Amino acid sequence: MKKNFLVSSIKDSLFTGLIALALFGPIVGLRTVAKNEVLVVNPKWFIVLIIVIVCALGRFLTNLYFYNRDQKYGIQSTIGKSITNFLDTKGTQIALSAIIFSIIFPFLPFTDRYLMDIAIMMLTYIMLGWGLNIVIGLAGLLDLGYVAFYAVGAYSYALFAIHFGWSFWICLPIAGIFAAMFGVLLGFPVLRLRGDYLAIVTLAFGEMIRILLLNWYQLTKGPDGLTGIPRPSFFGLPFKSFPEEGEQTFHTFFGLEYSPMQRIIFLYYLILVLALITNLFTIKIRRLPIGRAWEALREDEIACKSLGVNPRNTKLTAFAIGAMFGGFAGSFFATRQAFISPESFTFIESAIIVAIVVLGGMGSQTGVVLATVFLIGLIEVFRDFESYRMIAFGGAMVLIMIFRPRGILATRKPTITLQKKEATK
Amino acid sequence: MDTAYFLQQLINGVTLGSVYGLIAIGYTMVYGIIGMINFAHGDIFMVGAFIALISFILFALTSIALPIVLLLTLLIAMVFTACYGWTVEKLAYKPLRKSFRLAPLISALGMSIVLQNYVQAAQGARIKTLQPVIQGGFTFMEDTGFTVSFSYLQIFIILVTIVLMAVFTLLITRTALGRAQRACEQDRTMTALMGINVDRTISITFIIGSSLASVAGMMFVMYYGVIDFYIGFLAGIKAFTAAVLGGIGSVPGAMLGGLLIGLIEVFWSGYISIEYKDIAAFTVLVVVLIFYPTGFLGKPDIEKV
Repeated sequence: MKKNFLVSSIKDSLFTGLIALALFGPIVGLRTVAKNEVLVVNPKWFIVLIIVIVCALGRFLTNLYFYNRDQKYGIQSTIGKSITNFLDTKGTQIALSAIIFSIIFPFLPFTDRYLMDIAIMMLTYIMLGWGLNIVIGLAGLLDLGYVAFYAVGAYSYALFAIHFGWSFWICLPIAGIFAAMFGVLLGFPVLRLRGDYLAIVTLAFGEMIRILLLNWYQLTKGPDGLTGIPRPSFFGLPFKSFPEEGEQTFHTFFGLEYSPMQRIIFLYYLILVLALITNLFTIKIRRLPIGRAWEALREDEIACKSLGVNPRNTKLTAFAIGAMFGGFAGSFFATRQAFISPESFTFIESAIIVAIVVLGGMGSQTGVVLATVFLIGLIEVFRDFESYRMIAFGGAMVLIMIFRPRGILATRKPTITLQKKEATK
Repeated sequence: MDTAYFLQQLINGVTLGSVYGLIAIGYTMVYGIIGMINFAHGDIFMVGAFIALISFILFALTSIALPIVLLLTLLIAMVFTACYGWTVEKLAYKPLRKSFRLAPLISALGMSIVLQNYVQAAQGARIKTLQPVIQGGFTFMEDTGFTVSFSYLQIFIILVTIVLMAVFTLLITRTALGRAQRACEQDRTMTALMGINVDRTISITFIIGSSLASVAGMMFVMYYGVIDFYIGFLAGIKAFTAAVLGGIGSVPGAMLGGLLIGLIEVFWSGYISIEYKDIAAFTVLVVVLIFYPTGFLGKPDIEKV
């Protein structure tokens, strides 16, 4: 028995090695490089050899270690359960301490410019994740084109601010309304489609918006992007190092020394507040009839229809509200960057936001935060290995789906459950 | 001149449609058998194009006759790309077969990102150009002022597509494997009870789909002469549109849909606007899904309580 097992795992690992050779041999081993305008092949067999040996050995070791398959799933599900339990019991305290931490974060001694930038980026993704969580997590509609609303928000903010000179606080709601309008416009025809069809149509919509932004040169300046988007001011007080004659700026008004960090700290609090508003909104609306209807619709559409819930209108509100928060985040993005181009709104952004929501555990607000910190952190850690970081990102998506298909935090619990009969199992 | 122009667009459209059709078969077969959108399929096509490119470069160093080079490249691309399809299924989809509906889609999305960036890391981000492999062709209607050309390459692409389609249609309708596949589509548990290895049937489906995609990749690299690691994304969406248009789950439908998408795209860029040619395909996708959710040759999807 034991010997047979050894022989079969050796065979298995040899087979793995062979497959690895077939996979990595041509693509990694035969790198094509342009030499005098003609492609030539530059062999790299040594790397392939290493990869093949690692694959075969890895397979052999995992075979030895996990020859009892149940064991593997046993380990991972207990870890998952303990995380979920821990957050269930200590959820409120953790959320509160996280909020307090994020409020004092800019003034902590180790906080520098780089960390602040990452924190702002993470908060933007958290806000987008929370916005999309309304669509995916609550209403159960897989939207792969969320970045379209983000783009609509960013562009409408930029255009209004540049051409009319309106301030951030006027443009923000306008951008949100525009994004919501686009949400309704798209949602109206397609929302009756089933899950994965909807996913592809929204993806197509996201690409359409990007192509439109790329080609409508008169309005969007195409690939050149929009420059000179006004920076936000602190309720009318701009952040400038050299104020013009008679102009009050942030640092002169408060009698502070000028520092470029002031604007960054302001931006940080701005996105923190916007994100928390999104979160609060979601928590509140979940308990309202419309929120209940979204979740009911996610669970069983036919049952909802027979109980008199209008699925189209209900889905449409979820779509529009999700889009609106995407639009808010987009205007923040535009004002932070002061420059936007279609480059920033590619499909990969949508994929990252969807990944955040799904990996966090659909419908879980805390999960979104955890997933953002994990995924964006992962991308940041691998920053020096430019081309490998997205491989790690994609790989993490696959791995989390395999080991925690319901996301890191699968806290969705039905209030009433039917008792299953043992015999039917 | 107008007829000549029209004819030229028609030829180009059919050629492009063949490529989309071959990719679409992979989508439609996988959707038919396990009910998921294999998002990474477009990237499998891209891998196939790269393998074909590498193979062409290597054969260019030898002095093997052109027909043998084409045949060998075809086989090499099919075999190696099939390995990718098989591995992706084993790693990313098989563990999720009993999971909830969106899990395989997310996993496929992750796999697509992995494949794209892996090829970018291994082969570089720059576009790759291939010298024309097959040159020359027929030209006719020269007297009208617009010369219509039907190149040997286009003939080759259309012929190979027809042959492969015939072979795979036979495979699905006439062989034990095809019967097993169709049985799996209907009821996997029951099929397993009848003594059919469901896992193997699904694996073979992925292998067939990927090898057809690799043929499409080979044609793509020969036809356009330039590829990069990103081609799989757009081609994948368009091929998926083709699969939906023809009726997802139906193999002849996929071919028909591919042909239509190819024609629509070419005529749109020929007569309306070339910048918005990708929008044409997407608009078709949206319109079809709204008015024809089952596609032309698909079966209606009945919702059960």
